[in-house]
Amino acid sequence: MASGDIDVAYVAKLARIALTPAEIEKFGAQLGALLEHVDALAALPVADVAATAQVIAQSNVMRSDTPVPSLDRETVLRGAPQREGAYFRVPRIIGEVT
Amino acid sequence: MPRDTALEVARSVNAGERSALELTRSALERIAERDGEIGAYLTLTGDLARAAAERVDAAVRGGATFPLAGVGLAIKDNMCVTTTRTTCASKILDGWIAPYTATAVQRLLDAGAIPLGKTNLDEFAMGSSCENSALGKTVNPWDRRRVPGGSSGGSVAAVAAGEATIALGSDTGGSIREPAAFCNVVGFKPTYGRVSRYGLIAFASSLDQIGPITTTVADAALVYDLMAGRDPMDATTVDRAVEPALPGLREDLRGVRIGIVREFGLEKLEPEVRAVYERAYADLEKLGAELVEVALPTADYGIATYYLIAPAECSSNLARFDGMRYGLRVEGADVGSTYEQTRAAGFGDEVKRRILIGTYALSSGYYDAYYVRAQKARTLIAADFARAFAACDAIACPAAASPAFEFAAKADPVSMYLMDYYTIPMSLAGVPSLSVPCGYATPEGSELPMPLGLELSGPLFAERSLLGIAHAYERATLHARARQIPEIVATAGAK
Amino acid sequence: MSATIEAAKPALLVNGTPYEVVMGIECHVELKTETKMFCGCRNVFGAEPNTNVCPVCLGMPGALPVPNAKAIALLVKAGLAFDARIPAFSKFDRKNYFYPDMPKDYQISQFDMPLTQGGVVHFWLGDGSRGSCRLTRIHLEEDTGKSTHASRDGRIAGSTHSLVDFNRAGVPLMECVSEPDIRTAAEAVAFLETLKRTFVALGISDVKMEEGSLRCDVNLSLRPVGQTEYGTKAEIKNMNSFNSVGRAIESEIARQVAVLESGGRIVQETRGWDEAAGVTHTMRSKEQAHDYRYFPDPDLTPIEFAPADVARMRAELGVLPDENLTRLIEADKLRPEQALQILDSPGLFGYYAAVVERCAKPQAAVNFVLGDLSRLANETQTPVPESKITPEALAELVALIEAKTINSKTAKELIVRLWHAGGSPRSIVEAEGLAQVSDTGAIDAIVAEVLAANAKSVDDYRAGKTKVLGFLVGQVMKQSRGTANPTLAEERLRAHLDATG
Repeated sequence: MASGDIDVAYVAKLARIALTPAEIEKFGAQLGALLEHVDALAALPVADVAATAQVIAQSNVMRSDTPVPSLDRETVLRGAPQREGAYFRVPRIIGEVT
Repeated sequence: MPRDTALEVARSVNAGERSALELTRSALERIAERDGEIGAYLTLTGDLARAAAERVDAAVRGGATFPLAGVGLAIKDNMCVTTTRTTCASKILDGWIAPYTATAVQRLLDAGAIPLGKTNLDEFAMGSSCENSALGKTVNPWDRRRVPGGSSGGSVAAVAAGEATIALGSDTGGSIREPAAFCNVVGFKPTYGRVSRYGLIAFASSLDQIGPITTTVADAALVYDLMAGRDPMDATTVDRAVEPALPGLREDLRGVRIGIVREFGLEKLEPEVRAVYERAYADLEKLGAELVEVALPTADYGIATYYLIAPAECSSNLARFDGMRYGLRVEGADVGSTYEQTRAAGFGDEVKRRILIGTYALSSGYYDAYYVRAQKARTLIAADFARAFAACDAIACPAAASPAFEFAAKADPVSMYLMDYYTIPMSLAGVPSLSVPCGYATPEGSELPMPLGLELSGPLFAERSLLGIAHAYERATLHARARQIPEIVATAGAK
Repeated sequence: MSATIEAAKPALLVNGTPYEVVMGIECHVELKTETKMFCGCRNVFGAEPNTNVCPVCLGMPGALPVPNAKAIALLVKAGLAFDARIPAFSKFDRKNYFYPDMPKDYQISQFDMPLTQGGVVHFWLGDGSRGSCRLTRIHLEEDTGKSTHASRDGRIAGSTHSLVDFNRAGVPLMECVSEPDIRTAAEAVAFLETLKRTFVALGISDVKMEEGSLRCDVNLSLRPVGQTEYGTKAEIKNMNSFNSVGRAIESEIARQVAVLESGGRIVQETRGWDEAAGVTHTMRSKEQAHDYRYFPDPDLTPIEFAPADVARMRAELGVLPDENLTRLIEADKLRPEQALQILDSPGLFGYYAAVVERCAKPQAAVNFVLGDLSRLANETQTPVPESKITPEALAELVALIEAKTINSKTAKELIVRLWHAGGSPRSIVEAEGLAQVSDTGAIDAIVAEVLAANAKSVDDYRAGKTKVLGFLVGQVMKQSRGTANPTLAEERLRAHLDATG
């Protein structure tokens, strides 16, 4: 298990958080220290162990296809950072990959 | 200054001896007097409180009774309460008004509880001291220079300082138990899946649980009984009958086996702290319990395991805070820069750290080595507990290695993470666990004795048995509640 | 016995070398449920913006998803209709990425353990041949909100901002992924039409491309015939009808051929179809790999099926459209386009089948149903099955014609009357004496009258203008109030005209 330097700038991009160069360095050091601690997991014999998928095993928890009242639109849009009539208004979407 | 428990308050209101409204007014006055100094609350809900009290009083006059009639409730501010500011102690949600109420909270309100306000926490429940709040500072009522613990610091301080009779906290790696230990109250984390997470703003989905913070184990049992049970709005709640815990409280521990964890040897602790726990174990024996040694060989891997799984889940859970639909927006030239600047400005350092490490642990090329491996370690830890509980009915250990530390004492993140050493393994295994007061120790350089908590943990779904054992211990250990918090200097007009 | 003839594929040459087109199709199909995938908001098209939303589908803090049992059942049904495997264990995963129409900035989807695996779609082509395309998988996910962009042409490029409506966010989506088995535009369209027909018949989806309940992307590449390695593919998006898909494919094939013939290289990319211009444009390079950081969604439980559950669901499927189609083409000997028309008009298949059951004359039945009845349906804005002409009545009519009791002219008149007033053709014919006259003597009598009354025409005929015969037959028909057997009438006229003279 590699505990190389974490590429903080790349990860911050994935997580959509702008970081200053000073922050990149600071977090890099702090997260590096955590990863060193985490490296201890390499010692555990997990070859034949199943990863925990659920803490309490259950299956087929579902709901019926029955409508339930929706939220009132004014309540919904009142909290919007920006709205335009009945819509949420968001900045222009350039260069965003989906 | 003896205080009324929730059980006593409800009894007296239901009997018509006191009115919920008068109790609520006094509670709000007490908060006004004290909270300037304690800082437990971020938002007070006076209007909601008075309206709820009036409703309870009217219904009681009509012959109804409520299990929590008139009981003042403080709610950690990561739980949604409709029409109320809900912030997670973060700038990114400052000003957000929740349009719905968390199921667990609603169940208590339906039982007659009075919502007094929303309490402070480490931002998004990430922290062990409450220092990571972006919106306020909460102090430990026992020593204002010290942290109350976290992340449920505000809820714990409110109960400890008499600013609420009961409180709700949330526990992901110890966030109810550790602050409860630091402030000498009872803090209980039920089995994962027992209490609905609908309306609890998610930190780590497979670990978060809501639980009661109270002055007695009986009150914790009462609140748990009212909150627990399947919720159709939360697919992870278990479809399993809740055996009420309140009727199961016991007075002694004859026939009970208490597991003492080999890996949690007391010799690692400071002498005064060690003495408190040695006494606690002896007190368990005096009640008739048989102490047996159990092993949790993988417990030491708990922190490493937790600090991969929890951040991974939180990195995904917190993606929704993007400035588009609610909360803070820092407008950029386009949507991409808006995301980046909003999240940079809105999240504090600890939240950023966890999002970054979590994103990394899930990212391509690292997913198997980090996230999957941690989930495998988790399986081993859970298996350790299952094996241990074959030999005992409950495990006893310290809730924390030392009492509350001073502000800024744990500036290095990893040193803070180590505060959860004794609580994280139980969270990973999903087992029920609580902290109950067990004594005091005076930290070096101080003259104020600080509380310590005994952590008791039980097998999955064994809340009734666990709370029964905790109650017996509590009843036999008056020394743990012998002290009072120092006088609070009234600050008029606060909040 | 009809055809499993290999459709003759036109040879595609690139600089003289035979090439083949290799295509796979990915469709997103909205499921026909009352409510969304993970919450109880209504699943309807065309509602006022942001009125069918709640904390869950808006991705509000603290909200949690709970899966819609009906959506799961419909998707499994879709898989079973195409012989897919239903694994015993299936789960939901989070697909993490940021976009303004994504309420949680992750989509709940399925990564490595989808609800169905494998399967095959069989289809009939217009030339009577049969084709097939294997499915890789069908999985369940949630739809995103819908954004409109504030720009002159509504495109993202050059927009100042966008507006988002979350009504669609959380609607249950099936993603159907095919293997790259498709070789022609006709096959692609037939594949899509088969999906649509099947999903509509089984109540799985309305499949209306114009409403967005079906969206599809085509992956297309070329390679020399005989090569097993795939060529570089382009992904084509933005087609809004099946015809559009066909046109886009043809255009893209031509583009790729031109690139290869000029010695260029195909770039792996996403291309958008421009309907107006009739070409595809580069949208973005597919080389930008996305790190979706898939992991199992901790808020949801896995879905597990016991073999008995799957067997029961398979048994409840009923007859599938492809089975009906095959019966129409192979047993009833209908032409593929006739069979498709019968199957694709609501209620028409049942109507047709009821007619054939009673008269055992599929060709006659289909000719009436697709001919006169469909024309009347159009004129009166009434679907055939809702008209007053019952399958029993039509079957009677067919029998009457077969027995030569009435002629086709009478039949056509009767149809109109039955359409509007209902009733039994046999009874009407008896009551009104509309039976076809096929008695030679009777015909001869009328023929004699007509010839006597139309001396000029007789002269014209004898002078060589044989076309006048048609007019004379018409006169016989008129004289007989339409009941004369026209074939016999013509025969007797000829006999009289040629004889005397």
